[in-house]
Amino acid sequence: MPSLILTAVVRIFFVIMLVGSLWVLLRGHNEPGGGFIGGLVGAAGFSVLALALGVEAARRALVLHPVVLMGAGLAVAFASGVPGILTDGSFLTHQWGTLAGVKLGTTIVFDLGVYMVVVGGVLSFMFRLYAEDAV
Amino acid sequence: MTLVYAITIAAYVGCGLYMMLSRHVVRMILGLTLLTNGAIFLIFFSGRIGSSMPPVIPQGSDALSADAANALPQALVLTAIVIGFALTAFAIALALKAYRSLGTLDVREMKAAEALGAPDAPSSSQTVTNHG
Amino acid sequence: MADATALLVLWPVLIPIATAALTAALWKSPVAQRRVGLASLALLLVASLALVWAVIDEGVIAKQFGAWAAPFGISFVADPLSAAMIAISGILAFAVGIFALSDIKERHERAGFHPLFHGLLAGVNGAFLTGDIFNLYVWFEVMLITTLGLLVVQRGRAQIDGALKYAAMNLFGTILFLIAVALLYGATGTLNMADLARILPQMEMSPGLTASALLFLAAFGIKAGVFPLFFWLPASYHTAPIAIAALFAGLLTKVGVYAAFRVFTLMFEMEGGALREIVAVVAALTMITGVFGAAIQWNVRRILSFHIISQIGYMLMGLAIATPVAIAGAVFYIVHHIIVKANLFLLAGAIKHAAGTDDLRKAGGLLKSHPWLAVLFLIPALSLAGIPPLSGFWAKFLVIDASLRVEAWWLAAVALGVGALTLFSMSKIWMEAFWKKPVLVRATPRTVPVAFVVPIALLGAVTLTIGLFADPFVEYARTATAMLVDPTDYIAAVFPGEAPVRTVEYPAATQGAIE
Repeated sequence: MPSLILTAVVRIFFVIMLVGSLWVLLRGHNEPGGGFIGGLVGAAGFSVLALALGVEAARRALVLHPVVLMGAGLAVAFASGVPGILTDGSFLTHQWGTLAGVKLGTTIVFDLGVYMVVVGGVLSFMFRLYAEDAV
Repeated sequence: MTLVYAITIAAYVGCGLYMMLSRHVVRMILGLTLLTNGAIFLIFFSGRIGSSMPPVIPQGSDALSADAANALPQALVLTAIVIGFALTAFAIALALKAYRSLGTLDVREMKAAEALGAPDAPSSSQTVTNHG
Repeated sequence: MADATALLVLWPVLIPIATAALTAALWKSPVAQRRVGLASLALLLVASLALVWAVIDEGVIAKQFGAWAAPFGISFVADPLSAAMIAISGILAFAVGIFALSDIKERHERAGFHPLFHGLLAGVNGAFLTGDIFNLYVWFEVMLITTLGLLVVQRGRAQIDGALKYAAMNLFGTILFLIAVALLYGATGTLNMADLARILPQMEMSPGLTASALLFLAAFGIKAGVFPLFFWLPASYHTAPIAIAALFAGLLTKVGVYAAFRVFTLMFEMEGGALREIVAVVAALTMITGVFGAAIQWNVRRILSFHIISQIGYMLMGLAIATPVAIAGAVFYIVHHIIVKANLFLLAGAIKHAAGTDDLRKAGGLLKSHPWLAVLFLIPALSLAGIPPLSGFWAKFLVIDASLRVEAWWLAAVALGVGALTLFSMSKIWMEAFWKKPVLVRATPRTVPVAFVVPIALLGAVTLTIGLFADPFVEYARTATAMLVDPTDYIAAVFPGEAPVRTVEYPAATQGAIE
């Protein structure tokens, strides 16, 4: 049962949770955080949206189909392991470098992949459960 | 302290096992989560509870300090939690689907699969239509 | 570019993972998924065969994930046993992939058939290749969740019922596995199998280790479908679409058997305690219950499901006897059985397609309408029953011969009796589906699609090859066993250039007792 208060604040909540999830994702570089937790927060954001405005609205907000997101995330995570094969000699050997003073590594690509897999995976369950609930 | 840990784990596993023996699917899933948690605690305590220093190599050094915490059980526990989470989600979705299509969550009444080609099953039309 | 030979160990896992990702990303277009899937299966087959070739050539190959040194990183190891399993599952996956072209409908593809199928292959290959016991648990879970997904791509009542029963028992099994790993880690402080193989022989069997060993046995027993733990198998396998059921029948239970062989040769000894007696009794009861369970069924796929169980008994028999001869026999048995059992499931699909039903009471007359199907059925059916010169004869011969050598007469007698009863079940399918006059007369006979016949013929050819030219295969099984019994090569591959005694320091926290 969508309540007026929830529908009113959900858009703000959604944006805050999405930004928060990205912050958690990037924070995982040096401190507790990372793709999995960030992904859960992001998925929670979309779930709140689905709860308040219906599954269709949440699907529109996600743009991609959750399974496509999951597949793309797995592909991104996979791709982050490939440089290891090309240089050092093993899959997932991560590479580090500095670009214009910012320290970068392929681990962030891996984390991004995990983030996408988690958002896609959780939402493909959530949307289905919510959708069936409404019927 | 070891005894307290042991009793905690035993309580988790015992409750989980008891609930898994239930004929009701929802109780079975709850029991499963309890059992998973028992196993996760067991891994965690197998790694020994000692130091709580983060296992991070200090700057300028190239080895862990001697009193750093053991990082491996935490990695294992995290993996196990993630997997347990995914499987529980799947089990709940499956149970919901079962309730919708079978109309019951009592395992005694779930016989749709058994009915296919069972020795005494009447050769009803259901036997044929249920296949892909 | 890195050392290409060592990288061969990674491809059998990386190819299916990449394919699963790609096919999921191509969610909108089943046609594209199908093309990518088939190309990847061909690639996987080539990679698998290349791996066997390399292992024959160079012995055990090991590779560390992420270049973290063992025992801290995850090792992937291909010894002759795991290489053989990889090759067989590569062949099987290719055959099933062709079969799926006609068998899997678009609604199955819309339910995620392709990503799940390749995810399952990644799980199976990962379980065969990993050299880390916790990583083995992870691959088991990958297998479990993709299996559950595949069981419900067909969304009928029977499928959901079957999946629920499968889930209940197997989820419980993986938790037992997890507890066993925890106890093992608590006792030894390491999870790398090669490392455990160095440490465990020097340790006393403490109560914790004994509990761990028994829990491993129970967990793999559930996965393999042995005597008191097999109920999930005949409750679920016959509900899935044929291509999926064939892959399950060929691979899933055998992963459990493989894990049991790996753990109970590399890490724990079969000698100590009552372990051998337990496994021997379980093996005998598994053979008997499986074959009797099959005898009263009328659904082709249910008959075959029960036969999986009885055949698992033969493999366990090898583990129970635990002489090198017996283990070699069991290894040969696993390889032969994966091909034969999957082929029988594919044939069950062809029978169902040709007769319109897989209830034997309603089928009939296929000998007249599809004579070549009858011939193709006879190859795996007689092989399963152990008729010479087919592969099943050599497999049974090796295992029973080994049991006679240690004078386990009763075990040999059970194995022979069960073999005769297997022949009964196979001739039942033959009599009812092929020989008997058709119950319902059709005006136009149904034709079986080419995509069904090609994989059945391919797997039949593999069975014939193993049967007629058994010598190199037996020889290979002996080499694999020699490596299993004496893990020196395995350890040396994981720890190159290191003395057999461990030199790596534990993190301090693992050494202190629990306060």
